[in-house]
Amino acid sequence: MPNTALRRIQRPGRRSGLSAAPDPTPSAVPGTAYKVTGIRVLRSEWAKFWSLRSSWITLGVAVFLLVLFGTIASYTFDPDATATGGPGGPGSGGGDSTAVSLALTGVTFASLAVGVLGVLLSAGEYSTGMIRSTLAAVPRRLPVLWSKAAVIGPIALVLTTVGASAAFMLGAPGLDGERIALSLGDDGVLRSLAGAGVYLGLVAVFGVALGVLIRSSAGAIAALVGILLVLPGLASLLPDSLYDSINPYFRTVMSSSVGGRGV
Amino acid sequence: MIEARELTKRYGDKTVVDHLSFTVKPGEVTGFLGPNGAGKSTTMRMIVGLDSPTEGSVTVNGRSYAGHTAPLHEIGTLLEAKSVHPGRSAFNHLMALAHTHGIPRNRVAEVIELAGLSSVAGKRAGAFSLGMGQRLGIAAALLGDPAIVMLDEPVNGLDPEGVLWVRNLLRGLADEGRAVMLSSHLMSETALIAEHLVIIGRGRLLADTTVDEFTREAGGGGVKVATAEAARLRSLLAGPDVTITSSAAEELLVSGRDAREIGAIAARHGVALYELTPQSVSLEAAFMELTRDVVEYQSAPAGTGRKAA
Repeated sequence: MPNTALRRIQRPGRRSGLSAAPDPTPSAVPGTAYKVTGIRVLRSEWAKFWSLRSSWITLGVAVFLLVLFGTIASYTFDPDATATGGPGGPGSGGGDSTAVSLALTGVTFASLAVGVLGVLLSAGEYSTGMIRSTLAAVPRRLPVLWSKAAVIGPIALVLTTVGASAAFMLGAPGLDGERIALSLGDDGVLRSLAGAGVYLGLVAVFGVALGVLIRSSAGAIAALVGILLVLPGLASLLPDSLYDSINPYFRTVMSSSVGGRGV
Repeated sequence: MIEARELTKRYGDKTVVDHLSFTVKPGEVTGFLGPNGAGKSTTMRMIVGLDSPTEGSVTVNGRSYAGHTAPLHEIGTLLEAKSVHPGRSAFNHLMALAHTHGIPRNRVAEVIELAGLSSVAGKRAGAFSLGMGQRLGIAAALLGDPAIVMLDEPVNGLDPEGVLWVRNLLRGLADEGRAVMLSSHLMSETALIAEHLVIIGRGRLLADTTVDEFTREAGGGGVKVATAEAARLRSLLAGPDVTITSSAAEELLVSGRDAREIGAIAARHGVALYELTPQSVSLEAAFMELTRDVVEYQSAPAGTGRKAA
């Protein structure tokens, strides 16, 4: 016979079970032990985040790209290239390259990875149907949204700050003796590296928001790429007067001002 | 206890649920029946606040679902089996839900055991078969030790052993004093589990009855009578609530009088009967008879809604 007996928690004001199975003595548990609280929702979102393999992979990719591109940019830095204004990726070609801007070369790529991570956290629930379980457990929706943002933001912030610092330190030997070399203790270096982390943390939260609005992983990722990469490029086609008033609001520009030193 | 009052849901000009009122009481199993597209799932989604009603209201234990501090403790639901992230293991899925209510880890282990998922608890839910997914959904529904258990098509995809398990489980839950509501489009299956029936079609309430009563009414399929004096018997049996049809020269199909009555009348007037057979109707047939109108409606041109029951 399948076992159907369930442990009953006695609730005040609710009649006890009719089963012959022994019931726990009434009022052994003071009131209802189960209750949804903000902290518990946060705890749940935290557990949800780490129990998915995709979270680990995407987060790993973000940090890996950050370290890899930053290090490579520092090692391949050629001071002569600045004279010719050669092509090269963001941060490596400009004449105003610094050890920090080179170390942060990977931010653009990492921003896509953490943005996708944010999208997967929210839109992933809609795509898979998990959202029904989530909202059945927490019928007030906003705590779920805040919790997702509160989980992903700090995680992305901390890990990408560590990643950016690692890129800076790994790249330092490559710039040894160069005019632009800096050390961690130099003015503004730590602020810039942490700024990159703040930017990436915010991109992850932005991904969560896009995911909730669009409710489809593919759609939200497309929107994310469009907003982070394509839109700023398109805006440069606008007349100068318009461009000058719009440009400061792009997130990628924010990244330059939060993360880039002296820009 | 679930109480729906004049519950209505419209999508554009399509009315999916139409002024539906019913009550699901503790201590009994309520079968929620209707053909596909009758509005069963929409109604259940409104009960747990996943959809908001256009008009009317529904309360769970006296309050709207979102008004509860521990909703999983009030009502456990299985809506669609795959309300699970396929990348998360069964245990982690249940644990994530448990965290929101402060439900302890041993309770999670308990429902996994109860649902027979112990051997696959560490496996990704995406790799589960339909039946295992259904068991995981039922485990999630029972997680918060709820006073009400509401399951949408719980036996879908289960093997006969699983169907029996669900049947006994729901019976046991109702016997413990919980309210149990399950939806189905299969009358015969539901009649085995449920006591109370709420039957809807095209979003409207068609019947709010008990299985016993429904069975009794379904038995009123008429009585087949064969006699050489069909015409004479016909006039003898005639009455205000009696309808008599005839498919063959010596055969009558009488409804409105039971076999005993017909036999007595025939004997009193010396009419020899060759056959006297009550025509029993299966529950499934009775259900289809009841919902036939609303199914037919769907292909009929738009018109004013006729009260179907």
